[in-house]
Amino acid sequence: MPQSLTPWFLVIQRLGIALLTLVIVSFAVFFATELLPGDVAEILLGQAATPEAVAGLREAMGLNEPALSRFVGWLVGLLGGDLGTSYVNKMEVVELISGRLGNSLKLAGVTTLVSVPIALALGIGAAMWRGSLFDRIVSVLTISVISVPEFMVATLAVLIFAVWLGWLPALSYGADVSSLSAMLKAYAMPVITLSFVVSAQMIRMTRAAVIETINTPYVEMALLKGASRKRMVLGHALPNALGPIANAVALSLSYLVGGVIIVETIFNYPGVAKLMVDAVSTRDLPLIQSCAMIFCVSYLSLITLADMIAILSNPRLRR
Amino acid sequence: MTNPLVSVRDLRIGATTDAGRKVEIIKGVSFDIEPGEIVALIGESGSGKTTIALSLMGHTRTGCRIDGGNIRLGTSEITAMSERARASVRGTEVSYVPQSAAAAFNPSKRIMEQVIEIAAIHELMPRAEAEKKAVELFRALALPDAEHIGQRYPHQVSGGQLQRLSAAMALIGDPKLVIFDEPTTALDVTTQIEVLRAFKSVMQKGGMAGVYVSHDLAVVAQIADRIIVLRGGEIQEVGSAEQILRAPQHPYTKQLLAAFEPVPHQPVDQPVQAAKPTPVLEVFDLCAGYGPMRDGVPLAKILKNVNFKLERGRNLGVIGESGSGKSTLARAIAGILPAYRGAVMVDGKELKPDLQNRSKDDLQRMQMVFQLADTALNPAHSIGSILARPLTFYEGLRGKAREARVIELLDMVHLPAALRHRLPGELSGGQKQRVNLARALAASPELILCDEITSALDTVVAAAILELLKELQRELGLSYMFISHDLSTVEAICDDVLVMYKGEVVEALPAARMSSEATHPYSRLLISSVPQLDTGWLSGLEQDPELVAQFANR
Amino acid sequence: MMAEVTTTTAKDTPKRKGPGYRFNWVGKIGLAIILFWAVVAVVGPWLAPHPPGEIVDWDYFGPVTKDFWMGTDYLGRDIFSRILMGARYTVGIALAAVTLACTLGVILGMVAAVAGGWFDMILSRLLDAFNGIPSLLFGLVVVAAVGSSIPVLVLTLAAIYMPGAYRFARALAVNVNTMDFVTVARARGEGTPYLILREIFPNILGPVLADLGLRFVFIVLVLSGLSFLGLGVQPPNADWGALVRENIEGLSLGAPAVIFPSVAIASLTISVNMFIDNLPTKIRDRSE
Repeated sequence: MPQSLTPWFLVIQRLGIALLTLVIVSFAVFFATELLPGDVAEILLGQAATPEAVAGLREAMGLNEPALSRFVGWLVGLLGGDLGTSYVNKMEVVELISGRLGNSLKLAGVTTLVSVPIALALGIGAAMWRGSLFDRIVSVLTISVISVPEFMVATLAVLIFAVWLGWLPALSYGADVSSLSAMLKAYAMPVITLSFVVSAQMIRMTRAAVIETINTPYVEMALLKGASRKRMVLGHALPNALGPIANAVALSLSYLVGGVIIVETIFNYPGVAKLMVDAVSTRDLPLIQSCAMIFCVSYLSLITLADMIAILSNPRLRR
Repeated sequence: MTNPLVSVRDLRIGATTDAGRKVEIIKGVSFDIEPGEIVALIGESGSGKTTIALSLMGHTRTGCRIDGGNIRLGTSEITAMSERARASVRGTEVSYVPQSAAAAFNPSKRIMEQVIEIAAIHELMPRAEAEKKAVELFRALALPDAEHIGQRYPHQVSGGQLQRLSAAMALIGDPKLVIFDEPTTALDVTTQIEVLRAFKSVMQKGGMAGVYVSHDLAVVAQIADRIIVLRGGEIQEVGSAEQILRAPQHPYTKQLLAAFEPVPHQPVDQPVQAAKPTPVLEVFDLCAGYGPMRDGVPLAKILKNVNFKLERGRNLGVIGESGSGKSTLARAIAGILPAYRGAVMVDGKELKPDLQNRSKDDLQRMQMVFQLADTALNPAHSIGSILARPLTFYEGLRGKAREARVIELLDMVHLPAALRHRLPGELSGGQKQRVNLARALAASPELILCDEITSALDTVVAAAILELLKELQRELGLSYMFISHDLSTVEAICDDVLVMYKGEVVEALPAARMSSEATHPYSRLLISSVPQLDTGWLSGLEQDPELVAQFANR
Repeated sequence: MMAEVTTTTAKDTPKRKGPGYRFNWVGKIGLAIILFWAVVAVVGPWLAPHPPGEIVDWDYFGPVTKDFWMGTDYLGRDIFSRILMGARYTVGIALAAVTLACTLGVILGMVAAVAGGWFDMILSRLLDAFNGIPSLLFGLVVVAAVGSSIPVLVLTLAAIYMPGAYRFARALAVNVNTMDFVTVARARGEGTPYLILREIFPNILGPVLADLGLRFVFIVLVLSGLSFLGLGVQPPNADWGALVRENIEGLSLGAPAVIFPSVAIASLTISVNMFIDNLPTKIRDRSE
């Protein structure tokens, strides 16, 4: 039956769009880093290099080939797990990244576990008691967190927890991670900071999604059936808001990508983002490209996931 | 005499507008409802009828509050109750049937779940018993497949069925009072009959009292024992249904009744022009549709081979229910939706199907007026500039001459000249529709396509617009193509009528003798389904069940 | 009919309120702070009590004193003067970028909505793909590639937020485009430029301006983030984000040099949010 096919068709379409986007993004990343700068060979050899040496290196690096064929070669390499060699320390990019990726994923994972339940509870609560003191406090807090840069949230967290209260170390790594409590302390600052940033978005979007469903005629109908406030929100509004909420969660988690760059730098946390920021300062192009692709892939998968949840949760499309 | 079931005394409800201004919307209303009696609240938009009905459940919409007076239901004083106590009354003592069941059913839950929810909230009976009772109600409401319809989701049943299901939802807790809030307004006439019948029979069997909110006197006449006429938050007249229809006392009630039965149309006498008999509009084998084109044919074909002819100075009505393609016909003729086959001829000249290829002159001759004046006028432009644009565009008028013409146009539609400085948002519905009409007149057209232009208006205002159309026709020698789902409107203004069903013209009839000359079964069904101002109409109505099964979208 | 006409004339008397939109006090405070920073961005350098680039105090991370209202930085420069100067970079770059992004995005969005078809589809897909790049990351990559300068920053930030502005304007314009008044104009024979400029644009202007404000906030945040990473405005000049970066060492000392620039950023972004959240719903009415 065509009706049952529709949602899956849409999902597949969305996946196709995501793949296409990925190709365009990789194209952009490759050409932004590869074509715009003066000349990679000159950069590598420094200003004192002779023209012959530069030409020789260009030849050796295959820079004389047409840009498009280099792009395809690079893309094929990426797919095969060959990320190239770092210009700066001549190490395989795969090696450089593999040690760091786990750290970043751990940070993101812990942040997700901490922020999602808190954010959902606060967002739904604020919608349920809309206009109350609780709602207003949550609103002011979230808007404040959204309005300030991530590094300020981090700075404030350091001021409060490390400088004034002295509970936690300001830097996360280098500290010993042998015992559980020490490890908790090491992770605490980055996770707290990231959670604030991510939750603020999530709370606002969740609240908006629930309020939108509360304002529908069927929730008014529930009121006129004698339903309590709890039943109206949890029983009638929430099931219809699930799609938008899941969407909000996925979208908010994509803010992790931006947040993690700042947070890893500020806390000197050895993740991919820190690696990339360092690579930018040394203009280590293969490393920058690979890190950028990692971030783009994770960002895109979260956004696509959000889209697909939105499609599948539409009751009219669900069977 | 027994105590009334409901008594409302000096009810006052206030509202805060968006601008923060406080207004009184219900100004001291008092009435009683006897047990088992059905009382209709009738009035136009803004009369406060829905607000009063909802207040009987202790509920007011956002921004409104009960400021004074009291409402007693049985032994309980609704106005003095806490919100929690009111919740305990809702569904058990008094329940609600909404205007749009499609919006009032939660799309993500099964129908049965929602129908028996009242029993679950108030812990009236075990689940199995509630489901059994629901199925009985489904049967009593003449729903098909009563055993299993509850297992479906709301979007899987038709509008008319959903409306009856919402009545089952209201009746499950055996309330003493049921509030019907315009429950058939959104339905087609052929569907409306079935729903009205179902409501009437369950209410009679259950011996429940009801409040029936509506703007339609003919519908109310079929179901109500007593009618309360409201206007501007005040009661104008109260009386038995029979008395209100036969011997209205209040001038406003008389006006409402008069608007309901418009003056029949007198064809305009045409100066004899034997030399030029070309019809103003002629349509041959017109086909149009939506969606992607395949081999020059769109995926969703709406119009199928429509043919007709409209003589100069005459008016053609197009009637049909939702989905009949009547609006698509107007759009295809106007070129907004290019027809993929067939021809449109204006004044004997064939027009190109799409707008881009029609000349300014072609476009000027034929103007279209839309149903919703709200969306047809750009809210960012003043009335003056809305009317001025076609003058500049077609005739190159500017400055003083244009201003004078704008004032003249406003005068033609009986609006004061000062209105040209206002924005559309500051006008009433009727005024907006007049401006809408004036804009069409600005092009000095020969033919105006009117797409449901009175449907969104209150009866009295709509009647005035119809009068205006007739007057303009006499003065300017216009021809109208008038699209409507309302037969009496078409009767009031048209010479000939096309009956449309599923994109086809099933019959062409003279407007004045529609009911007597209709031969096609669908036209007969449609014409007989229009409620009459007669309390006995519904009970006396006999329709061939086979015909109904064949044509009505139930 | 007579009844209706008489009420019309009676209703004619109340005077037109015009565009006098009313703000509540929170919105007014927000607007006041925004205007304050706008003025500072223009006349800041003349207000500065000390030359912003010169070392004026022998002490570094100096406290708040009568001479140095907001203390001194890691070299002993006057923070108050540097913040006044920094306003020019932060507000100026963000404003230029947001104007560019929104102008381009709104024009393309309206054209796509009215034109539809292939133009719309290809442009939308392309810009959606572009949206699939996280903003800070994009900034990082571009700065890595071409280095940082003010024109590069403006163009990069504008490029990051243009697709969003396009998407927003297109969605609004698509809604307006289906309204009957646009159909009426089209049926009259009006051309696309008229439809876009006269029929659609006035009706999306309010939400577009509100959206511009929100986008301005995001741009200020990303700009500050880039500068904080050392990739934004380059020394000796400094926007507010760079001021925080320069003085981050003073954090453990609780130096005013790191606190005041942060406060400056927050005051600007929060006040824009306050202003927009308290716009009359008539203007704000957003589809998102």
